[in-house]
Formats: sequence, C-alpha cells, structure tokens
Amino acid sequence: MRFVYVDNAATTPMSEKAKQALFDAIDIFGNPSSMHSAGVAAFRSLDSSRQRIAKCLGCEPRELYFTSGGSESDNWAIKGAAELMSRMGKNHIISTKIEHHAVLHTLQYLEKRGYEVTYLDVSSDGYVTAEQVRDAITDKTGLVTVMYANNEIGTIQPVAEIGAVCREKGVLFHTDAVQAVGHLPIDVKKENIDMLSLAAHKFHGPKGFGALYIRKGIVLPNLIEGGAQERGLRAGTENVLLAASAAAALEDALSNLDEKNRRIAEMRDKLIDNILKIERTRLNGGRSPRLPGNVSICFEGIEGESLLLSLDLKGICASSGSACTSGSLDPSHVLLALGLPHEIAHGSLRISLSDQNTMEDVDYILSVLPEIVNRLRDMSPVWEKIKQEEQQQP
Amino acid sequence: MPYSEEVMEHFKNPRNVGKIEDADGIGEVGNAKCGDIMKMYIKVKDNIITDVKFNTYGCASAIATSSMATELIKGKPIEEALKLTNKAVVEALNGLPPVKIHCSVLAEEAIKAAIADYYRRKGIDMKLDDCASCEIGCCHKKSAGDDHQ
Repeated sequence: MRFVYVDNAATTPMSEKAKQALFDAIDIFGNPSSMHSAGVAAFRSLDSSRQRIAKCLGCEPRELYFTSGGSESDNWAIKGAAELMSRMGKNHIISTKIEHHAVLHTLQYLEKRGYEVTYLDVSSDGYVTAEQVRDAITDKTGLVTVMYANNEIGTIQPVAEIGAVCREKGVLFHTDAVQAVGHLPIDVKKENIDMLSLAAHKFHGPKGFGALYIRKGIVLPNLIEGGAQERGLRAGTENVLLAASAAAALEDALSNLDEKNRRIAEMRDKLIDNILKIERTRLNGGRSPRLPGNVSICFEGIEGESLLLSLDLKGICASSGSACTSGSLDPSHVLLALGLPHEIAHGSLRISLSDQNTMEDVDYILSVLPEIVNRLRDMSPVWEKIKQEEQQQP
Repeated sequence: MPYSEEVMEHFKNPRNVGKIEDADGIGEVGNAKCGDIMKMYIKVKDNIITDVKFNTYGCASAIATSSMATELIKGKPIEEALKLTNKAVVEALNGLPPVKIHCSVLAEEAIKAAIADYYRRKGIDMKLDDCASCEIGCCHKKSAGDDHQ
C-alpha cells in the first residue's frame, strides 16, 4: 500500500541534510563550557550552529537562545515578558483566539495570577489586523503575542504591521512562528519582531530542539538557573548535536524557498479545488495569505476522526481538528473562532504538505477521499437529516 | 492511547450498518454538537430482536461500539437486550480509551431508546434512566493540544 505522510504541521521527517549533520556531529561529545580541546570543539560547533540559524532569521547570534522546542520558547517569552511588564506597572496582554495551546494555556496561567488578557477575534477567514491590535492597546498593555501562521488553518497574520504598531506604542511583540520558520522568508528586524519562537522539527529538523529570538536590549528573566549557558538565561549543557542538525535543516529548508513553495502551493491548490467539488464542504481559512502546504476542510455530516482513521487505513497520515482527535470532547478552538458551528467543526480534515510530497501523493489522496466521505455519510444520521431538509426546501 | 484491534475491526467492517424501513422501534441518542449521534432500528418478533441496524455519526469508537452493541443484542430476547451495559460493550471490544467511554454509554442508550420506542408503539410506557452520557460528559470541558510544539 502507498504511504503518504501529509501531517507536516504536526511534525516533519528529518531532511537528508539534517540527518547528515547529525551523523557528522555525533562524535562531538565535549562540554561546550570546558576549556580543553574537546570542549572547544563542541563550543565551535554550537557557535557555528547559532550563527547559521541567526543568519536565517536576520538576527545576531547573541539574540538567539536555544531551547527544547516551540512550547518552551512560547512559555519563556510570555511568562518572561509578563514579569518584565509587571515591574513597569503593566498587566495587560493582547493575543488572539487562534493561538496554539502553548500560548493560550500560558496566558490562562497568567490570568489566574492577575494579568488581563484580550483575545482578539479573527475574521471568518482567520485573520487579525494591525488595527485591531492598535485599538486594543491601553496604557496598561505590556505584551502583544500573535502567531505568525496558524497551525490548523494556515492563515498568515500581518506580523510586520502588528510589529510596527507595537514598536510605535512601546509594547513588546512576541510571535509564535513555529509553523512559519523554514516555510516563509522571515526577517525579525524588518518585521519589528521583539521575540520569536521556533521549533526545528517543523522544518525537517530534529525533535526536542527550538529557539527563542530575543531582541537585544530586552532582558528576559532567566528560565533555568544554574549555569552560564545561553548567556546565563537558560542553564544546562547545550545540545550540540541537535543544534548542528537544526541549523542544517533550516538552511536546507530555506534554499530555493520560492521554487519549493510554488510547487507545494500547486499541490495545495489542486487538493483544495478538487476536495471542494465534494458537496457540502468548505475551506477553513482564507486562500491568501496562506501557508503553501496547508489544506483545512470541513465535511458536513461526518466526524473528523472517522475520516482520519479511514484515510490511515489507506496509508494516508493526515490530521483533524475534531474533538475526538485532540483527546478533548470539544472541536478545535481555532475552527470555533472562525464562527463555525460545533457540528461542522467536528468534520474537519487537515492535510499539511511538505516538499517531500509529490503530485502523485495528491492524486492518490483525491482518488480515495470521495469514496471514504461517501461511506461515512451513508451511515450518518446527520447526513440523512441534511438530505431530508434539502428535499423539503428545494 | 490507540484503539484496540477489535475496535479497528468493527470500525473497518461495521456489522449491521443501515436502516430498517419497517422497524418496530427506532432510537436516536446523542447530539451533533458533541460529535456523536447513534440511531438504532429494531425488528421484534415474539419478544425476540430478530434484526437490528444502525446509523452512526461520530468517531471510530462511536461506530465500533454501535456495531458491537448490535451484535450483542441480535437474536436476543428484549429483556436480555435491556440488560446490556456499556461495560459489556467495552469488554467485547477489548477496551476503549478513557475519553471514549461515553461512546459505549451512547450505544447502550441507543438500544434502550429503540426498545422504549417499540414499547411506546405498543402503548406501554417504559421509563428510561436519565441520560448517563450527559453526566459522563458529552460536552465536558477538557482541552488538549494538537501539534505539540
């Protein structure tokens, strides 16, 4: 059976470059803090990885702090900024309703501790505007955190404009760019970003490695005490191996990016155009600006997990925002924020492509999907009702 | 927690899917808002459930529990079908992930609702227990992230 992996927004397989870098670095065992030659070799490798990743983001190496991944970076940025702003008598944070839980749950944690959070609505196609951010800023606002691109519906937010508003108002601006780094050209300086979170495994790098860019001049409180690593802010012996692999992965992801994205977007658009030919389906999130690899569609009358597992039985690994797939019983907060009713949000399917996918993968998905949808709808009392209503109101 | 092989088997090849046009009793439970609806149709002769069919909207475990529940009551006397518990369905499926237990409750209720409808049509009022799945949490709040960063 064909194996088609189209859940790249969840995680990606490592690229050949990332694997090679890992193998090449495997014997670098020294502690980068040690003075001897083994330590120096490790220090040089780590230093080079930091320079290379910094160059990809348009920042200085000293502004880049390595972490264990996106969630840690988000937690650190937001809790750290909260502590900074409270010293200035500020307690208001602005975010959106469609953030990843790493951001949302961190904000909820802060709300319990007396911070006030404004969660901006998104439009029905999944965007916020810089004007909304401007209107929400008060003299108590100390932080704005808005994701670069959404993990479920792929919408890309106007980060540079939001950054400009924040800079003008003197408010810190953090962006969770976990879905964007390695997929879109990013320049933290040009885009007025103060803090940015990334995770290597979303761009064909290793799991367990991420980074937080912190613009120089912002002195975030220490995350982990106990050593001078990461400029004293995050103690613990550095992961030289994963840093080398992540740097190689990011450089590789960004090489020929335009050409790659054109090809990926072509696959995306073919999927969207053809899936929407199935009756009672709708695309979640606007078509542009949208991540080149994101397809998110709701199918009325069926539940997403059944769809997901049916695809899996055909060798296709995708994802759903249905309640059942998240371990919760509510459908995705992102789909609900678009204004979708629960019963429609339950029927969502996300296909996330990478440059390792091919048009053959797309054709294969399109060849099996309609049959699966029909089978599930045939046994669905919800679909039966939809059809009955259609007949009553022609 | 992944599904057991039995759940996947009943999801892949559900037994007794469909409708019975001249059913003697029809029961529908669940709520589209919560993501699960089960509709059961029964045929009864001489107090025996001679045929049963279902239509389900829901996740794999909702489909599998509907399928297994119909298997467990087919050919059984009504009194015995009424004794079917969600636990028996779960055991027959070799377990369900904890967040999916409510599907088995729904299956038990769907059968009871179909039998209640059968009795109602015969002019007998049958008291059903209160919706147990509502307590177990059809729409209870508990969120978990996708795409762990």
